[in-house]
Amino acid sequence: MPKITYILPDGLETVLDAEPGISVMRTAVSNGVPGIVAECGGSAMCATCHVYVETEDPEGLAAVSDVEDEMLDCTASERCANSRLSCQLQVSEDITVRLPETQL
Amino acid sequence: MTIQSTAQEVPVLELDPFSDEFLNDPYEAHEQMREAGPVFWLERYQLYGVARHTEVSQVLADHETYVSSRGVGISDFAKEKPWRPPSLLLEADPPHHTKARHVVSHIMTPKVLRGLKEGFQERADELVERVAAGKGTVDGVADLAEAYPLEVFPDFIGLPKDGRENLLPYGTMVFNTFGPRNSHFERAMERGAKAQAWIMEQCQPGAPAPDGLGAKIHAAAAEAGYNEEDQAKLLRSFLSAGVDTTVHGIGNALQCLAENPEQFGYLREDPSLARAAFEETVRYSSPVQTFFRTTNKDAELSGIRIPEGSKVLMFLAAANRDPRQWENPARFDISRKAAGHVGFGFGVHACLGQMLARLEGECFLTALVRHVEKLEPAGEPVQQLNNTLRGLDSLPLRLTAA
Repeated sequence: MPKITYILPDGLETVLDAEPGISVMRTAVSNGVPGIVAECGGSAMCATCHVYVETEDPEGLAAVSDVEDEMLDCTASERCANSRLSCQLQVSEDITVRLPETQL
Repeated sequence: MTIQSTAQEVPVLELDPFSDEFLNDPYEAHEQMREAGPVFWLERYQLYGVARHTEVSQVLADHETYVSSRGVGISDFAKEKPWRPPSLLLEADPPHHTKARHVVSHIMTPKVLRGLKEGFQERADELVERVAAGKGTVDGVADLAEAYPLEVFPDFIGLPKDGRENLLPYGTMVFNTFGPRNSHFERAMERGAKAQAWIMEQCQPGAPAPDGLGAKIHAAAAEAGYNEEDQAKLLRSFLSAGVDTTVHGIGNALQCLAENPEQFGYLREDPSLARAAFEETVRYSSPVQTFFRTTNKDAELSGIRIPEGSKVLMFLAAANRDPRQWENPARFDISRKAAGHVGFGFGVHACLGQMLARLEGECFLTALVRHVEKLEPAGEPVQQLNNTLRGLDSLPLRLTAA
């Protein structure tokens, strides 16, 4: 099973198994990873599950949709080139994501 | 009530989820439905139901099988003409739905809503401070839960001051008509008829104030190629869905906090929990209890075959108390992580106003604990029975000003 590494703002790392069909957001939330709020529960409406994808050229990630693109303009922490909404990410390979300072 | 099996092995339930008894207190029946099986058959209405979190989420997520364009109430638009022209958002499927939704989501972004916070908070503080300074015993519904959204929401849309009393009867009517033609349906249609004309007038391009959200929706819809009739219909969605729901959300939150004084105490100690307290209210006492979908092809859900053209009733509020998903689901706990509830739906049809609702709920509850030291029940609350919504008609409360 691929692994997801979450780097928290204080540098601590959490590594979790990525179950097929379960988003990077859902994996974090159901395992109590702090720093992913996900108010809307995964409908790409709240921009509070923002992550920075640290893995270079990750394979198998869906491209940013128009809706996600607009939501990423609304994140509380700065949007960077590697910004994604973790509710829209399902992974097939190991991946590392860094959590922003704030989501709200 | 009896549970028996038909040839397809789907449990059959005789209960009536639109009876007064059920609407008054649905929770025991919710449990019965969840325990009957992942999918069940409601004999009285000849349709399928789902009440567990997993199956409700699956039906919400699979919008290609469980469509909205055939109506999200009990009536199948493929067989019966709807009472009003279908909504471009609620009662539509992709790709038409995607285009309409984008017009709105493009305008009501989280960033825009964050910009509203200061003003919304001020209005909440003014209202709660004034009410709390009054005679002590108040109606939590009329004086607070209705007063606040009815002040901020129509201003945000850009509606005139006159005629706002039509908003609640219209919303009540729309939500009642998703159910069967029972007494709630008929009475709501009578009361809503007058409101409907006013609502339609306000939805016309040019009617709302030029600096409000209504005018922005019209402009964006026009730019996307929608004619005037459809521009009006897009705004109609807001006036249908944006008032009763938040009124009930705030009213239910007041009830939960009054009945659970220790939770009110936690919120007073840490007002930053206001948003979480509202979220937990939407889980625990969901303003929107149910919605329907229709199968557009033969489907199978958790081993149960559902033929094409079936109505499927999703018990959102039952999913929000499913012990398979939540620890102590029948406990109101503002420290809980309530995200993942389906009180705002999920997926492509997730409530478009949910971030606005959260904003209103957060500002109101923040003001509540700033200005009220003690919140106590002062009589029996009266439930307002609606085929879709759960909320109160009145909530006697004793307030002690802070």
